[in-house]
Amino acid sequence: MSRLKTAVILVAGLALAACSDARWDDASSGSGGAGQITPGSAGDPTSPAYFREAIGDRVLFLVDQSSISPTAQTILAGQARWLNANPDYVVTIEGHADEQGTREYNLALGARRANSAREYLISQGVAADRIQVVSFGKERPIEICSEESCYSQNRRAVTVLAGGAVVG
Amino acid sequence: MRNALATLFLGLSMLLPIAGAPGQAQAQDGPLRIEITDGVIEPLPFATPDFIADTPAASQYAADIARVIASDLVGSGLFREIPKVAYISSYSDFDAAVNFTDWKAINAQALITGAVNVSGDRISVRFRAYDVFAGQELGSGLQLSGTAEGWRRIAHKVADTIYSRLTGEGGYFDSRVVFVSETGPKNDRKKRLAIMDYDGANVQYLTSSNDIVLAPRFSPTGDRVLYTSYESGFPQIHVLDVGKVQRRILSAGNGIMSFAPRFAPDGQTVVYSQSEGGNSDLYSMNINSGATQRLTSAPSIETAPSFSPDGSQIVFESDRSGASQLYIMAATGGEAKRISFGQGRYGTPVWSPRGDYIAFTKQNAGRFHIGVMRTDGSEERLLTASFLDEGPTWSPNGRVIMFTRETQGAAGQARLYSVDVSGRNLKPVKTPDGASDPSWSPLQK
Repeated sequence: MSRLKTAVILVAGLALAACSDARWDDASSGSGGAGQITPGSAGDPTSPAYFREAIGDRVLFLVDQSSISPTAQTILAGQARWLNANPDYVVTIEGHADEQGTREYNLALGARRANSAREYLISQGVAADRIQVVSFGKERPIEICSEESCYSQNRRAVTVLAGGAVVG
Repeated sequence: MRNALATLFLGLSMLLPIAGAPGQAQAQDGPLRIEITDGVIEPLPFATPDFIADTPAASQYAADIARVIASDLVGSGLFREIPKVAYISSYSDFDAAVNFTDWKAINAQALITGAVNVSGDRISVRFRAYDVFAGQELGSGLQLSGTAEGWRRIAHKVADTIYSRLTGEGGYFDSRVVFVSETGPKNDRKKRLAIMDYDGANVQYLTSSNDIVLAPRFSPTGDRVLYTSYESGFPQIHVLDVGKVQRRILSAGNGIMSFAPRFAPDGQTVVYSQSEGGNSDLYSMNINSGATQRLTSAPSIETAPSFSPDGSQIVFESDRSGASQLYIMAATGGEAKRISFGQGRYGTPVWSPRGDYIAFTKQNAGRFHIGVMRTDGSEERLLTASFLDEGPTWSPNGRVIMFTRETQGAAGQARLYSVDVSGRNLKPVKTPDGASDPSWSPLQK
């Protein structure tokens, strides 16, 4: 176990080997896993995986709408709390549309959706300069059927993390 | 007529009128002519025997050129080719008198004959068109020449000439289409810019499939293409020089999305959408100086602009009144007038090169349509209906509209289709893979 910790720290590029064990122990006790939780996994609340899976990295929209639903508010509030607790990360919010609509209108609609999510994160205290937006219109569906069950999953704004501390 | 043709063909190569055919009849009741109307028309029957090979090297082109000409004319929906098996006369001498009786007997109203000469990498094609029932030549014979590898263009120019002589309108066959070639499944689609002849021949790829590319548009002379690319990670407008395949990004700015670029008729001004703070508005840019001007300032979506042929006005789509509708404003911005009032949503308006119609995409009751309306919004007609039709583009003569049709479901694929502005002659355009977002060039010089 001790060897493993050392390896992780070396990979992370920390030069202060002498005191690294103490720092690592502090961090892992803070994550509340009592040694059971693999750092970087979805069980680690500081991890991007936790952000994606436990909090939820995406919010969904109604047809041709960009307003934030109550469900989406809950998810975005969780994202904001995480981002406020993990200030090393920046995000790109990707706005998407379903295939019902022309290509260029959907680009504009995706931009609206991404911006709605951005505004909500800002309202929850996330610094504006940590959030950029991009629209993919209808170019990147995740579900491919031509029915509402797929469309509803494709009308989305996805918060993609970048930067942050290197977690082994 | 001769002067107009001489100008038309100037860039290709040499064009020579050739001596009149022997044995012409003296008079007729009126020229053979197809009147293009919105009603049902009977396609004009014609015959095109294989052209004569003047030299051994020309033999490989002699039949192919006649086939391309026939394919162009038949493809327009205005002509019907009489099959070779019906021929009574054989055709073996370009300068011999035509036996009109034999062509009348099989009801060929028009006859197109030609001869091909190949010398080195040069090809020259002579052709004549005849009004069979009047027993005389239609216009004078012409000779076109160019490089042998450009033989299809020469065939298209012959077909354009015949089309013009018989309809009184400009042709559209010697033209190209830039489009987005699509491969891969719906949730991992690869897109790259491609260019081809209007009939699907000579496909060339202009970009790699590493980055999403969208909605290319030709410059007014067909030498450059504007498009939207995600090369930077964000949608931004690019311009590509077709001949040199050089490209550059027009919009800079970190994280600012720009899309839907279109050239003005001056070839220097570009109008496009830019999205900031979730709001998309129209801007124009001088591509030489880079100077930009904001044309709209509304909290709604403004996109899909298209210039009037004289450059004075822009038609665009906006959802400022709720569902998307079409609006026209001055090219410098300002007050916009709504022109679409039907049920459903309207988008991607494209001004006809003749200036008479605006083509558009309409979405209503779960179906998509390509339609046309007058520039004041009157006389709306829907030409197509399917699960997803979008993105019309006009043929150079304003007669035919090409568009994207995408099929439904998990295996859905995009294809190009064309339809006559009258709504007749709907048919797929041949492409090697999936294809979307066509833009039709002007007639080539």
